[in-house]
Parts: sequence; structure tokens; C-alpha cells
Amino acid sequence: MKTLWSKTYHWINERVELDGLVEFMGKKYVPVNSHSIWYYFGGVSLFLFIIQVVTGILLLLYYKGGEALAFESIQFIMSKVQFGWLIRSIHSWTANLFILTALIHMFSVYFGKAYRKPREITWVTGMLMFFLAMGFGFSGYLLPWNELAFFATKVGTDIAGAVPVVGKPMMVFLRGGEEVTGATLSRFIGFHVAVLPGLFTVLLGIHLLLVQRQGMSEPLSYEEESPKERKTMPFFPNFLLRDMLLWLIVLNLLAILAVFFPWELGKKADLFASAPAGIKPEWYFLFMFQTLKYIPGKVFVFDGEVLGIMTFGLGGLLWLLVPFWDRKSSRGERNRFINYIGLFIVLYIIILTIVGWIL
Amino acid sequence: MAESTEPMDTQENRRDFLKYFLGGGLIAWLAAILYPMMAYLKPPKQAEVEVTSVKAGKVGAVEKDSGTIVRFGNKPVILLRNAAGEFRAFSATCTHLDCTVQYRKDMGLIWCACHNGRYDLNGRNVAGPPPRPLDEYRVVIQGEDILISKKA
Ligand code: FES
Repeated sequence: MKTLWSKTYHWINERVELDGLVEFMGKKYVPVNSHSIWYYFGGVSLFLFIIQVVTGILLLLYYKGGEALAFESIQFIMSKVQFGWLIRSIHSWTANLFILTALIHMFSVYFGKAYRKPREITWVTGMLMFFLAMGFGFSGYLLPWNELAFFATKVGTDIAGAVPVVGKPMMVFLRGGEEVTGATLSRFIGFHVAVLPGLFTVLLGIHLLLVQRQGMSEPLSYEEESPKERKTMPFFPNFLLRDMLLWLIVLNLLAILAVFFPWELGKKADLFASAPAGIKPEWYFLFMFQTLKYIPGKVFVFDGEVLGIMTFGLGGLLWLLVPFWDRKSSRGERNRFINYIGLFIVLYIIILTIVGWIL
Repeated sequence: MAESTEPMDTQENRRDFLKYFLGGGLIAWLAAILYPMMAYLKPPKQAEVEVTSVKAGKVGAVEKDSGTIVRFGNKPVILLRNAAGEFRAFSATCTHLDCTVQYRKDMGLIWCACHNGRYDLNGRNVAGPPPRPLDEYRVVIQGEDILISKKA
């Protein structure tokens, strides 16, 4: 056994020089400090993404696109296919947990100013992946072709259509026509299973490569301490094993959620039925959605809706570019202003999500 | 070499020419690839039969004080019948964000579930986010048949 293993290693090593990689891994250390817990959320998000790829492929083997088939095929998966209910339920739950862990990961990086030089690219790729994740959520929500998703998609794409100049063509592009129909479903399937995963994988590759190359960032306050006082732990195997333990816990949690709170399918979408009460977007869109409700129809000469959308768009852009305008942190100075903004945003999101959920 | 005997600016000109020639060629080449792709993404106009009126059933089949959604081509229309037995019809597409409205007997209103938008029975937006009234359709009773048509 041992010789087979070392023979294989030797065979590969002779061709691609594995030694360098092994040495690199062996010398990799993860900083240990009171903020270490946050280092795990990126890893958990990665794990959840892998689950999505696997369960997504499994679902794709039975899923059928099209107005007349989509809903029925999910029904078939949930009632006839062995463990079909479990796979679908896990896919839906994981999607939501993924957004949650990615959000936590993002905010921990933000408050730790880990985006500062030299990790700007890591931050930008991460943020782009987060936007893609929201696209995954929005497009995937429609695929079962149920009532709630149908109207949520109508509303969501109509909001996109309110953006000045590019809005209307964008809406038609998303919907595959003027209205939400089977053509929209076809497009969303294309986005969900081909376009988004492709883009996401490229970004993920860059993101992970950079994390490996540059190592974990440390909070600014730790950089002032002398190297002797700083504690570290080897990445391999210590950190990796802890990572895996956490993954195991997350998997168990998912199994519990999927089994005891199976994801509902609801009623099939009917293009000629009234919208049922309780139309809501997924929770991670709620705070934006709720904000739009509070903005009056007209603010000065501007359309309230348009103003809201533009504000969120601009906010998102500034957030994406934070490593480039927060020069202080890049110079290694403290920047409290950043913390206040972050705190305000966290509170805003939490409060409006709760309000949107209850109302 | 032949080139070295030429004056400097002829060489320069020749290089400029090549630069523009190749650059222009590259742009044209990109356009030739991108244009068909962009055009492909634009959904073709479906040859839709322009519907001008639909039969929405028999007068006897519609209850008084009720509202139903009927298909008008590919658009939903809400057909209302009040307590006195009169008919009216409006576009059922909410003027806010596109949801399909419904008649609420208990409120005596047209209601949109998406963001709690309300219209009175004349289709006027009276509460909630809708910015405009619902478009009205014409209802004509021909014998027993209810005919809905677009207002001119
Ligand atoms: S879509 Fe009707 S109230 Fe918003």
C-alpha cells in the first residue's frame, strides 16, 4: 500500500514537481487571534457551493424546462424519485444558507479591513461572486414555476425595467419578451445552470488562488505586535481538520433542516390568475424591496422607484470598490469611519429584513 | 536594405497606415462576432393575432358582486359585476409592478396582493403604491353573451 502510494506520488512528481506544492502547504500558517472564528466562514461558503453543484447536477437529471413541464417535473422529483425530496430540499436550504454564510464572510472581511492592500482583487472577486449568488437565487427561484415565483419574477424584472435608459432593454432581455412567460423560464434555466456557474467558477478559482498565495489577513491591531507574540497554527493539518469538522456540522444541520422543514412547492403558476396574498421575494432581497415600499411615488421630479434603485446601485458600487477609496486602511492606519458605515448597513439590512418579513 | 534609403516620414506613414488598417480590421472582426450574438439575444416578435374583443361567457354564469380574470389575448382582464348586475372591465395588470389584481368582495375594491395596492370600482388607484389607474375595457352585452373589447 505504502509503496503504491509513494510510487504514484513519485510518478506524478517526476512530471509536474509536486514537491514544491507540498513544501508550500507544509509551511502555510494561519494566524490565531480572537477573530479567528471568522476565518471559517469563507470555507463553509465554499463547502455549501460544492453541495449546490452536486445537488444541482442531480436535480438537472430529472428537471424539465418549459411552462407545461417544469412544475410537474419537480413534483415528480419530490414524489416519485427516490430521495428526490431530500435532494431538492437540500438544494433549496443550501442556497439560503450559502447567502447567509457569504454575507457573514463578507462583513467579517469588511470590518477586519482585510480588503486593504494587497488583497483588493480578492475582495472584488468575492463581491462579484456575491452578486452572482444573488443572481443564482433569483433565477433558481423561478425554475419550479410556481405561483409565488412567477409573481416575484414579474415584480423583480419590472423593477429592473425601471432603471433609466438601459432598463427596458434589460427587462426584455431577462424576460425573453415583454411579459414573464415560458420564454423567461427558458432563459432563467440557461442563466442558472450555465452562465452563472461558468462565471462563478472562474472567479472562485482566482479568489482561492489569491487566498492561498497571500495567506489570511490579520486585523490591523495585530500587525503592530512583535512577530514573537503572534500565534499561528499550521494550515495543514490543523486548520484543515477544523475546517472539515465544521463542514461536517454544517452538513448535519442541513440534513436536519431538509428533513424536518422540507421545502414547499406551492401551486403551479397560472398566467391568468390573480396574485395570491403573501407575495415576497427571497429574504435576502427583502430589505431592498421593503425600502422601495417606503419611498414615495415622486421625490421632487424623480420617480421614487427609480431613485431607490439608483441609490442601491450606487451603494453596491461603492461597497464593491471600498479597497480603492479607503486609503487609510491600506496605509495601515485605523479608519473608524468605515466601521460606522458598516454598522449602519448591517443594522439597516437586519431591521428592514425583519420589518419586511413581518409585514 | 531598401527601407533605410527611404525618408523617415514615409516609413512613419506606412506604420500608421498599418496600425489603422489592423486596428480597424480587429474592430470589424469583433463586431462581426458580437453583432449576431447580440441580435440573437433579442427575442423575436411573436406574430401575435391582435385581439380586439373576446367573449367572456354568458351573463347568467357570472354572479352579482363578483370579479373574474378573463384572457384578453395574452393579457389578463378583470371583469366586474356589481350588486346591481352591471358589468365593467379593466386591465388586470397592476400599474405598480405588474402583478395581477383581484376583486375583494369584503373590501368592495380591486386589490393587488403584491404590495397592497387598491383601486376603486372605477379602476382609480386609491391607496398603496400604484401610480396610475387601471385601463378600462368596454363591455357590451349581446343577447346572453358578454363581449369585452378595447376602448378606442
Ligand atoms: S404590483 Fe400591485 S401593488 Fe405592487
